[in-house]
Amino acid sequence: MLAHYAFIGVFFIAAASFPILPLIGAYFLRPSRPTEVKLDTYECGLEAIGDIWVQFKVQYYLYALAFVVFDIEVVFLYPWAVAFNQLGLFALVEMAIFLFILIGGLVYAWRKGALEWV
Amino acid sequence: MNILIMVIFVVLAAFTLAAGVMVVTVKNIIHAALWLIASFFSVAAMYLLMEAEFIAIVQVLVYVGAISILVLFAIMLTRHVTGEGVRQLYKRWWIALIVAAALFGVLIVPTVFNYEWAVQPSGAQISIASTVEIGTAFMREYLLPFEVASVLLLVALIGAIVIAFEERSTRRRVLTLAEEVEQRRQRNESLRLAPTTHASETSE
Repeated sequence: MLAHYAFIGVFFIAAASFPILPLIGAYFLRPSRPTEVKLDTYECGLEAIGDIWVQFKVQYYLYALAFVVFDIEVVFLYPWAVAFNQLGLFALVEMAIFLFILIGGLVYAWRKGALEWV
Repeated sequence: MNILIMVIFVVLAAFTLAAGVMVVTVKNIIHAALWLIASFFSVAAMYLLMEAEFIAIVQVLVYVGAISILVLFAIMLTRHVTGEGVRQLYKRWWIALIVAAALFGVLIVPTVFNYEWAVQPSGAQISIASTVEIGTAFMREYLLPFEVASVLLLVALIGAIVIAFEERSTRRRVLTLAEEVEQRRQRNESLRLAPTTHASETSE
């Protein structure tokens, strides 16, 4: 089984070396004559104004958190679905309860308006 | 083949530890989060090396995909904490050192003294790593933890919403986010009109 995943490892190493090798080559080949203009932040040819550090809206965080919760829910669904044929009606009821509890959370988030973009 | 697996293990372990060290040493907190993602990734590769396919995929899905997004958003929500010029060592770092060393000792001491770990609770020779086994285990032996997990997820979701908009919890009626933002705007304007806060507002 591990041999199958060795392909992923090979692809990973190939993909990682794809940007790294040209950069190493360029490091040895290029002349280095930095000036103040060259080292400046490039922003579409315009002079950069202000700080790059902007505060995100709290909505992004709520969306990310709802995503994590339902992501984990789906993770629980996968092994259940794979083993479904061996488990029968009891498992269906159990998963329904599991999902029902989480739908409660979704309803709460919905009623709070946490899913609306302001 | 065994040698090869050993080499891969050592490389992965070294990378995980190096990434972990980078998380706590780099100055920029965004870089620390990115190093954390790198260490999550190599832990996923470690699971794959142990032939725990499902857990490896879950590690990538949940930790690399979701948790790291959450961490990055949490950093971006906070204002002006690039970590530059901030002391990284906490005052009572030695307490953390003792706790970390004790936790590490709990793992390493039995391993060094060849302690027999209880791998399977029932003594069955099933591989817990396979997806079908995990699915049946959830519905049989671990039914209660499985259902409790959904309550835990529910608490996480509701708790996050309550913490993000804590003013709402004092009211009886559920406000929508639009109303909440409007109230905050009004309160900020009334603050801006007060002469004492005016100076600090404009200087920011």
